[in-house]
Amino acid sequence: MIDILQQYGMSLLYSDGYRFTGLAVTLWLLISSVVMGGLLAVPMAVGRVSSNKYIRFPIWLYTYVFRGTPLYVQLLVFYSGMYSLEIVRGTDFLNAFFRSGLNCTILALTLNTCAYTTEIFAGAIRAVPHGEIEAANAYGFSRFKLYTCIILPSALRTALPAYSNEVILMLHSTALAFTATVPDVLKIARDINSATYQPFYAFGIAAVIYLCISFVLINLFRLAEKRWLRHVKPQTH
Amino acid sequence: MLYGYSQVIIQGTLVTLELAISSVVLAVIIGLIGAGGKLSKSRLISGIFGCYTTLIRGVPDLVLMLLIFYGLQIVLNSITESLGMAQIDIDPLGAGIITLGFIYGAYFTETFRGAFMAVPRGQIEAATAFGFTGAQIFRRILFPAMMRFALPGIGNNWQVILKATALVSLLGLNDVVKATVLAGKGTYQPFYFAIVAGVIYLVFTTVSNGVLLWLERRYTLGVKRADL
Repeated sequence: MIDILQQYGMSLLYSDGYRFTGLAVTLWLLISSVVMGGLLAVPMAVGRVSSNKYIRFPIWLYTYVFRGTPLYVQLLVFYSGMYSLEIVRGTDFLNAFFRSGLNCTILALTLNTCAYTTEIFAGAIRAVPHGEIEAANAYGFSRFKLYTCIILPSALRTALPAYSNEVILMLHSTALAFTATVPDVLKIARDINSATYQPFYAFGIAAVIYLCISFVLINLFRLAEKRWLRHVKPQTH
Repeated sequence: MLYGYSQVIIQGTLVTLELAISSVVLAVIIGLIGAGGKLSKSRLISGIFGCYTTLIRGVPDLVLMLLIFYGLQIVLNSITESLGMAQIDIDPLGAGIITLGFIYGAYFTETFRGAFMAVPRGQIEAATAFGFTGAQIFRRILFPAMMRFALPGIGNNWQVILKATALVSLLGLNDVVKATVLAGKGTYQPFYFAIVAGVIYLVFTTVSNGVLLWLERRYTLGVKRADL
């Protein structure tokens, strides 16, 4: 096990000498997809609860499709599927984009997490107390101000516990990236396995790395909840 | 429409369904045992099950799957070798059922634990006062009352397991994903066949949504819901 760590430690953490690998790539996949998916999800959630059905329905359809199919199938559509299309190969920009496994993975992860996050945020927006919105209307808030000052600050706080679950699940989903030849932690673990035939050590090390990231994320979210959900902290004896 | 691959894809779909249903049954059994263990008064037992749920839920299912699939084979090999028996090869379907059941057993443990704790104590006390035995309390009182609280969680877990079956094709199982990937390679139309796989999964999730809604109505028959 010491040999494995000495030989593959660097590539497990950040680089195999030529490019970024291992933990660095996993974290990059996680952060980029969660940030982009989260930012996209806020306006989508507002549209999801809209009373206009021409806005509501397409967003519902999008979340339904992306939440109803496995991420692996979505990755297959974007990674091996897209590049086989004439249109994609004919267009310079699309050709360059879809040729890279990393881009395809980030796209699939972003769209996937955005769908789940949209539903989480939409649920939180629906849970905003009716009275607060009526009060804002009574004070003459514009629609934009109503959302930015009353609904979103309250809803995003309520969504925090569910959102933390989604981020942990996203970390677990990044393990799929190796199927698109992205050199993340699991790809290195598979390389170790095929080089040493010691699956317990190879995948065990990967499992420990993922476990550590999970614990760090859980603690970060616990701090965030302490900070932003202080007002709803349950009374302790 | 499927360029002659319909037979392969139907076969794969059946394998996926078989895998999903058997692993959910295994996971529910593990979950019930785990919930009992985690609520146990013995600190050793509850500690062991606490470790199980924390570790499993902190590690990606794909990593665990590879760990168990490759690791189990090595353990089996060393056992059969020391006993002087012929090597037993684990088939991907069996490995998939065991790993998915073991992983999602941890999620079911948490679901059932929460549901058991949500059953009012008074109901159990009343049953004891009426002279019910432990097994009777579980079958007649605790289980039906618990199911109502557990159903939303069970539904979620089922949907997650259904989608997780797609990963087992990476272990070499000929499921619907593998079948569509093969078809895509054979016809040079990977995009079309990936969409086909997605549609099949979407049909499954839609149908199970309907069934879950029906089950939820069935188990909340005696509960009055406040009109909002």
